[in-house]
Amino acid sequence: MTEPMVRAQAVHKRFGSNEVLKGVTLEVAAGEVMCLLGPSGSGKSTLLRCINHLEKINSGRIYVEGKLVGYRQRGEVLHEMPEREVAREREQIGMVFQRFNLFAHMTAIQNIVEAPIRVAKRKPEEVNRAARELMDRVGLGDRLDAYPAQLSGGQQQRVAIARALAMKPKLMLFDEPTSALDPELVGEVLDVMRGLAADGMTMIVVTHETGFAREVGDSLVFMDDGIVVESGDPTAVLTNPQHKRTQAFLSKVL
Amino acid sequence: MTTTDPAATPEPTSELSVPVEIKAVPVRRPGRLLAAVIIVILAAALIRSVATNPRFDWSSVGKYLFSAPIMDGLVQTIELTAISMVIGIIIGVILAVMRLSPNPLVVGASGFYIWLFRGTPVLVQLLFWSFIGALYPVIALGVPFGPSLLELNSNHLITPFVAALLGLGLNEGAYMSEIVRAGLLSVDEGQTEASKALGMRRILMMRRIILPQAMRVIIPPTGNETIGMLKTTSLVSVIAYTELLYAAQLIYAANYKQIPLLIVASIWYLVLTTILSIAQYFIERHYGRGTARATPPTLIARIWQSFSTWRHTQVETVAPTRHGL
Repeated sequence: MTEPMVRAQAVHKRFGSNEVLKGVTLEVAAGEVMCLLGPSGSGKSTLLRCINHLEKINSGRIYVEGKLVGYRQRGEVLHEMPEREVAREREQIGMVFQRFNLFAHMTAIQNIVEAPIRVAKRKPEEVNRAARELMDRVGLGDRLDAYPAQLSGGQQQRVAIARALAMKPKLMLFDEPTSALDPELVGEVLDVMRGLAADGMTMIVVTHETGFAREVGDSLVFMDDGIVVESGDPTAVLTNPQHKRTQAFLSKVL
Repeated sequence: MTTTDPAATPEPTSELSVPVEIKAVPVRRPGRLLAAVIIVILAAALIRSVATNPRFDWSSVGKYLFSAPIMDGLVQTIELTAISMVIGIIIGVILAVMRLSPNPLVVGASGFYIWLFRGTPVLVQLLFWSFIGALYPVIALGVPFGPSLLELNSNHLITPFVAALLGLGLNEGAYMSEIVRAGLLSVDEGQTEASKALGMRRILMMRRIILPQAMRVIIPPTGNETIGMLKTTSLVSVIAYTELLYAAQLIYAANYKQIPLLIVASIWYLVLTTILSIAQYFIERHYGRGTARATPPTLIARIWQSFSTWRHTQVETVAPTRHGL
């Protein structure tokens, strides 16, 4: 059996006394597009942030390509990973945020080349060429020198995707990438993501776009109150939910 | 749309379809006129007094304005201001980062420093440093509680210049730390997360992402602090260090021309603060890039704008070039 891209085992996460994840177990295969669906506060964004160690989990294990995230295991003892190694693990995992989080003081192209040059230490000429190609790919080849504030939300999110892709990640995490967008701008971002999926990128997408989940997703996970309630083929889950909570949620959303 | 009576909708008249500049009779504003008259009268009285009172002694002002001792004092003032601000900013950044540390002892140490140096007058601190030899006659470098490697006589080490730098710089650090801290906190948490997600480590993130954006908030109050520092250096005259004010005092102690020499000092302080204000404007513009939908202007645009700023009395909000979206 080949090692899955992401493996989460009985993941628990508390913020103070508030337990947000109550034992989440799931697997994402290489090349798979998994959509995470669920009401707000169900823990789906938190799970995503645990996968690249932006949040520390309280118990359980998360593996990316078979390697434990954030810790090293020596015998029975877990050792915290030094910052340098956590950072190196994150280089491999792209993340796209709900609020874009582009670097406000840099132009679009500067946003994209910053990490490949200064973190991955790749050659500036090569990075610049790749960045231009990425901007073309997200349909913004003519806005290289625009500052984030000069771009629409949809354009900013597309730059943010290009920025994550510039690090040549093997896994992309999308945290409600279209939730902060005006309705008419959602399509352009989903188009870019659709293209990525077609190219075989492994993606975990927290989203409310059931249409996208049905069309692009290989699997769908419905979470509520910190646990995985139901998962499976997106169309099957969406059209014929087995669990009451899934049914209740979908009846409100669809 | 609701249906309306066609007769009720006004036909666009041919005269109004072409835009006509409105020329209306302005409202009378007697208050403004009165204020203007009062100000003109007061200004005239002031000018007359300054011009005719012989005790201003403008010829002495002219004589001493560029005299060698004053020029030396001016250079010392600039030096003190620059070095003290550099010390203050470095200490401020260190204290601010300490203040945001997860270690409570580090936070406490930073808080203690700020409490001590912000809680006592800078004049007292200056005097303290100049008398430090009475407290620690010998300053030794070495292993704490162990042997000393280097011993120095305090009175030789802490010259008036060093005492001035310590007094001004250490005090400034306490104020700068609050400014830097506010700047760091003003940067959105999302910037940190995005940097981390891209694999950046803390130092790179601070240097490339957080500090440049914090600068927008840090620069304006730092400009104020620098202008304040320039004037605070005059306090150093109490420990007999020959900066601008003390240089002027030395001259009038000999020739009793207090007023002309204080005017000379004031003129130079005004010249320096004016230059600093202009510099601050351009630094702010630099760090404001990427905000307010403005692209940073080119060098030529800057020269042009500074030129037009001089002509049109300090209009600081000139619209930057806009690009259509």
